[in-house]
Amino acid sequence: MIGALVRREVRRGLHGSAWLPVAFFLLVATVVPFAVGPDARLLARIGGGALWIAALTAALLPIERLIEPDQANGVLDQLALNGVAEEAVGAAKIAGHWLTFGPMLLIAAVPASFLVGLDGAALTRSLVSLAIGTPALAALAVAVAALTSGLPRAGSLAGLLLMPLAVPLVIFGAAATGDGESSALRLEAAVALLTVAGAPFVSGAAIRAART
Amino acid sequence: MSVLLHGEGLALVRGGRLLFEGLDLSLGAGEALHLTGPNGSGKSSLIRLVAGLLRPDAGRIERADAALADDNLALDRELPLARALAFWKGSRLAEAMTAFGLDHLDQVPVRLLSTGQGRRARLARVMASAAPLWLLDEPLNGLDRDGADRLAAAIAAHRSDGGAVLAASHLPLADDWRTLELGR
Repeated sequence: MIGALVRREVRRGLHGSAWLPVAFFLLVATVVPFAVGPDARLLARIGGGALWIAALTAALLPIERLIEPDQANGVLDQLALNGVAEEAVGAAKIAGHWLTFGPMLLIAAVPASFLVGLDGAALTRSLVSLAIGTPALAALAVAVAALTSGLPRAGSLAGLLLMPLAVPLVIFGAAATGDGESSALRLEAAVALLTVAGAPFVSGAAIRAART
Repeated sequence: MSVLLHGEGLALVRGGRLLFEGLDLSLGAGEALHLTGPNGSGKSSLIRLVAGLLRPDAGRIERADAALADDNLALDRELPLARALAFWKGSRLAEAMTAFGLDHLDQVPVRLLSTGQGRRARLARVMASAAPLWLLDEPLNGLDRDGADRLAAAIAAHRSDGGAVLAASHLPLADDWRTLELGR
């Protein structure tokens, strides 16, 4: 059942507008040089951070379709009757969500890195940092989607909730793109691991609490 | 006779209102229980309680594997009916689709189904699950005469196979049912 659920998430993600978060990511990365100006050194210094902000906003886009439709349509209830734990539903949704936006975002990160003036070793570092960070972004998105599901104006509320929770990830993730020597990458990995491990439980509790 | 559902001393409070308390409930193989009562008396809530989707405020409940048909379709709108139903574990899916007259709709996307066809699909999912305990919330809503007959036949077959049915309905159900009236 879990495998079927992950496949379903991927199918639904790709069926809808899978390109939208990636297009958004590229768009934000494109706007940064316009906003900051053409100074290549300055751009390269803030480029990693800009990529992370772009990735964060991209992760926010699909948040309303992650949990709410399944809750309104009774899919979550039927899953419970089939003996699937809510935590497992959360984990499957995280995996499915990452599969629909993570790999594509990593591909888009290559042109985006050039746009913000990262190349060579910095490009590799930003890709590694995003590869480690995007599963955590997916986990945060699913957890926040579960927490806000069914509430009025859930989309904006989800943004308010997700941004502060993503701060540690953004700090270490952006630092890891800029500096290969520091232990920022390890700290980012630790934060990501904690987020990915905790999010299914948050999602599961939120799904249960939202039942009426 | 094996017991498929056993609840004792059940109480449920919803929105600050006590729906029922001290409710005992038992269903054995081949039995069927019809929940009646006025709107808002807690029929649907009791079904969700038995399904495990709500927690009782008092009492305890034990049940065998159950399948639920309620107001929610829980099928992916963009998929053809047969594929959407196949997502749910159902060893008897083909049989169930035939039993509810859905064979000719198997390639029709779920979003194009009518109300009654959606109702039949929900009931077919319950039958396909091969769960011994069926929980049906207002199963006759939206069903035409033919659909109601097919449901009665499916329930009779399920009961003779040793299954049990708990149904909430304000309409009379075919065959012999025990009745539990809520909200008196």
